[in-house]
Amino acid sequence: MNHSLRVSCSRQNLKVVRDFVGEFLAEYGLSAILQNQIILAVDEIVANLIIHSNHEDESKFLDIRLAVENNEFRFEAEDGGASFSPSGYQDPDMEEHIRQAKKGGVGIALVNRIMDHVEYSSVGTRNFCRLTKRLG
Amino acid sequence: MKIVQNADSNTLTLGLDGELDASSSVLLDAELTQPDILRHQKVMIDCQKLNYISSAGLGVFISHLQRFQDAGVKLVFFNMQEKVHNVFEILGLDSLMTIVPTQQEAAAL
Repeated sequence: MNHSLRVSCSRQNLKVVRDFVGEFLAEYGLSAILQNQIILAVDEIVANLIIHSNHEDESKFLDIRLAVENNEFRFEAEDGGASFSPSGYQDPDMEEHIRQAKKGGVGIALVNRIMDHVEYSSVGTRNFCRLTKRLG
Repeated sequence: MKIVQNADSNTLTLGLDGELDASSSVLLDAELTQPDILRHQKVMIDCQKLNYISSAGLGVFISHLQRFQDAGVKLVFFNMQEKVHNVFEILGLDSLMTIVPTQQEAAAL
């Protein structure tokens, strides 16, 4: 992976990350919908890492790496915050979310529905999230 | 994210300009939380210049929809870009919220 970016754990950097992914994807001539879906999936993961895993502590950093290999988009995020446990995750019932006026809890559903493969792992204190998506 | 307000006797139109993410959605949430908003019969969201929405932006609408419905206030989206509409579709929100193509159709509801 040779396209990498390091950002501090601030919400302000979500736009920076989206623009970085958008510029990286520009040369692949994707449809506006597919390009937006990939940017969205990355944004959701990065927002979770910044807000939930690292509590918006701007002294902490995330490393983001992007690649396209064999017509497949690959994303990796590495951080040292609290690890995400997908085993406790339930796919949301949207009508229930509306009834209960919930603000959160649909980001991971978007990621799971958009991407082909979603993986979380930890090595020591470092956490990794990897996403892949076939490009047409 | 900029929010342009336009109110007449019973309709409030909010024009969203920019990107609605976990950072900027706080602004929209504050706007929709104002008690006065429930005095309108209809709140129309103009999405023509809304270039992006993430789950945080969707969450703002999800979290206010029931309150609007309970108060008899219609929430209607119009002029939505295809890539933004696609995000509503991925979660099935396009069938739970009122999204119409044009301002005329939104006004006629």
